Amino acid sequence: MNADKTAMNAERTAAMTAERTMSTDKTRRSQIDADCGNLARGAAILGTGGGGDPYIGRLLAEAAIRKHGPVPLVAVDDLDPDAVVIPVAMMGAPTVMVEKLASQGQFAQAVNSLARYLGVTPTHIACIEAGGVNSTIPIVAAAELGLPLIDGDGMGRAFPEIQMVLPSIYGVRATPMSICDEKGNSGIFDTVDNAWAERLARPATVEMGCSTIISTYAMSGAQVRESYVPGTLSLCDQLGAEVMSARAAHRDPVAAVAELLHGRLLAGGKVTDVERRTTSGFARGRATIEGVGPDAGRSVVLQFQNEHLLVELDGTAETSTPDLIMVLDAETAEPVTTESLRYGMRVRVVTAPSDPRWHSDEALALVGPRYFGYELDPVRFDGTRGVAA
Amino acid sequence: MRIGIDVGGTNTDAVLMEGNTVAAGIKRSTTSDVTSGIVAALEGLQEQRAFHPDEIDAVMIGTTHFINALIEQNGLAPTAAVRLGLPATASLPPLVDWPQGLVRAIGGRAYLAHGGHEFDGRTISDLDRDELRRHADDIRSHGIKSIAISSVFSPINSEFEIEAAELFREELGDDVALSLSHEIGRVGLLERENATIINAALRDLADHIVDGLAKSVSGGGIVAPLFLSQNDGTLMDIDFARRYPVATFASGPTNSMRGAAVLSGLDTCAVVDVGGTTSDIGVLNQGFPREASGEVSVAGVRTNFRMPDVLSIGIGGGSRVVDAGERVGPDSVGYRLISEALVFGGSTLTATDVAVALGRADIGDKSLVSGVDTATANRAMDLVAEKFADVVERMRTSSDPLPVVAVGGGSILVPDELPGLGTVHRPEHFSVANAIGAAIAQVSGEVDRVYAISEGKRSQVVDEARQEAMDRAVAAGAEPSSVAIVDFDEVPIPYLPGNATRIRAKAVGDLALGGLR
Repeated sequence: MNADKTAMNAERTAAMTAERTMSTDKTRRSQIDADCGNLARGAAILGTGGGGDPYIGRLLAEAAIRKHGPVPLVAVDDLDPDAVVIPVAMMGAPTVMVEKLASQGQFAQAVNSLARYLGVTPTHIACIEAGGVNSTIPIVAAAELGLPLIDGDGMGRAFPEIQMVLPSIYGVRATPMSICDEKGNSGIFDTVDNAWAERLARPATVEMGCSTIISTYAMSGAQVRESYVPGTLSLCDQLGAEVMSARAAHRDPVAAVAELLHGRLLAGGKVTDVERRTTSGFARGRATIEGVGPDAGRSVVLQFQNEHLLVELDGTAETSTPDLIMVLDAETAEPVTTESLRYGMRVRVVTAPSDPRWHSDEALALVGPRYFGYELDPVRFDGTRGVAA
Repeated sequence: MRIGIDVGGTNTDAVLMEGNTVAAGIKRSTTSDVTSGIVAALEGLQEQRAFHPDEIDAVMIGTTHFINALIEQNGLAPTAAVRLGLPATASLPPLVDWPQGLVRAIGGRAYLAHGGHEFDGRTISDLDRDELRRHADDIRSHGIKSIAISSVFSPINSEFEIEAAELFREELGDDVALSLSHEIGRVGLLERENATIINAALRDLADHIVDGLAKSVSGGGIVAPLFLSQNDGTLMDIDFARRYPVATFASGPTNSMRGAAVLSGLDTCAVVDVGGTTSDIGVLNQGFPREASGEVSVAGVRTNFRMPDVLSIGIGGGSRVVDAGERVGPDSVGYRLISEALVFGGSTLTATDVAVALGRADIGDKSLVSGVDTATANRAMDLVAEKFADVVERMRTSSDPLPVVAVGGGSILVPDELPGLGTVHRPEHFSVANAIGAAIAQVSGEVDRVYAISEGKRSQVVDEARQEAMDRAVAAGAEPSSVAIVDFDEVPIPYLPGNATRIRAKAVGDLALGGLR
């Protein structure tokens, strides 16, 4: 990455951070208490169709907090530049995770294993991914270790592969990374680049029984301040709370989600067709939604690979990865995962901006539509094309 | 001939069936001892159409007793939950997300032990027999007689659950009741384990209730075998019911849907069952209710056992009609319909009044609704029709045409034509549809497993799964020549190697009556 671009990115980050700080000040949380229902629900929405079972994530976090006490939450911009930050996440198949639950201490072990290899004493735990179960796994590690958690993450959403995080484009390395199974086995990968981390950790995860806890992207407080999406755990909590209060007040919870995420309501209708196929370990597919009510006569096509990655309206691409595409139950705003999509469901599609840094050239090489095999240039959440301001 | 009985919270319905024809049908009040209500219903059948007890080939009973016992926390046995999987799973021990009141009601105690399998059948750790013996000592010292055993990935490999059960049997004696999770639920440890614990807590009660049911039937001189209907509309014999009471939980809506199918002669249809306050809408596929795909919460506990996919809406015969017919329900006069509705001399405009005013039904005193504004009545009925049509539309799984069958006391609310869906079928005997559903229930076998499908082997794996489901149906008592696959589902699982695919196959067949006598 050249110096100009770095400076430009830093400026953009500063502007964005200021904006987010203003919008989340009154809702920013200072700690996570033993009720994680809202946070898990919001995280499932940011999971954009993937990200694993938020129910298990919530139970894990709540059980850890009941045992060890609330987890202090530290804002990204309050972080000491010298802080030693270790993110932690689950890697593997959600289907396995709901059956072979984690062992006690598996989360702390992943962090300790990496810290030992690096010869550091961690001061903070962090989320690498805000969407789905990986927003709650770090809460468990932080509780077990008695460390504060950072209110932010490396994506601002969910993506399927290790290298798909903003710190990647700021030169932060995924490795050394630790990988731990529930039996007590652990390993360290030290790879030449982040793509190799994904390539080696995936088969190790399979061999360890398809549900591992990893610690990756260890970084300084300064690196977190530069590369993280701030406020995402507070945002998850606020999203979940907003959905519940909209439902209770008979307001439209789907519109509430769109508003909170500064996104737009694309269209609503009935799922009329779902096709799925598995290619190289990933569940790919497409779903067709026929408009009903005010959207009668319109047709929405969703393309997904674990997460929703492309949405077309009447044959025109309306939003693509890396911006967020969320399929929500038309009435309750309960997020619909790509695995649970089926004929007859009444859903509405909400699109929302991703962190603007995802639209840089090197970020698009990681998570743009072409990386996932779709032959088109990225389309922003509002339907515009090309590089956004 | 067969007798079908549905023991509901309010009514005990009974039918006498000759083949698929209803020879007699009766409704009696459910009694607190259950037995006398059933006896009264059997006598009622005799009065309608005399039969000799020897003519009866089988008696099928659907009951809501077990689920009501759980909800009322009534008669539950002290229960131990033993989970095999250490060192995995310790982050969330058994009973973790249960309502505390229910944990107390079952005297629930949780035990973790080594064991469990990986998704591909390797072991997580070996069973530790000394550890299990220590748990057995503790279980004995707390006077617990019912144990729920779960093991990680037991739907793929059940050997540890079986081995642990044998050990507990040796340690604690034959009067300890054992419930094994692989026989009760599917992949999803907490939900399967929860269903297993509920089953274990109901074991004492199951003996008691099944004995009562058997006594009331044999009291009428009937020597034919007795079956209970399960959540999925198939049958279990009474020994199975003693061991798996949890399998009866949703037999009520299932039976009424199955009965609707037989009465209408449609085996793939949507069924609208209209009661006084709410209506249940479900879909039958080849005669069987489609199952809910996700988790089902029962008495505040998440489970994943087989439940029919039913949507309830707040429209029934007693729904209040307000705002000049712009709003119908969800508030209802409920059981006070017979005093509060206009046609019964009351002062509340209900959906039933509107149907009578429009000449759709003849209930109560028609003259009492002559003053109802026709525009209001039409608006209200159009609204009700739209809501039914909307829910049926949601329940469809494809764009193929789906006929609609209306049953239940309030089915006069369903118009002859539903917008976009066509003619509505209204069978005779609609008020005892659930007893008919019990009487015609069949026997099933199921496979639900994750398979690694290697290149070019897909059809072979699929054939094996289908055959195994059919073999299981025959083993459960189905007539082999009648067994067929009724449900098949294949879902690729992301992030697993080797084209891992979850296959679910379900086979059903007619009960082999001859062999059971």
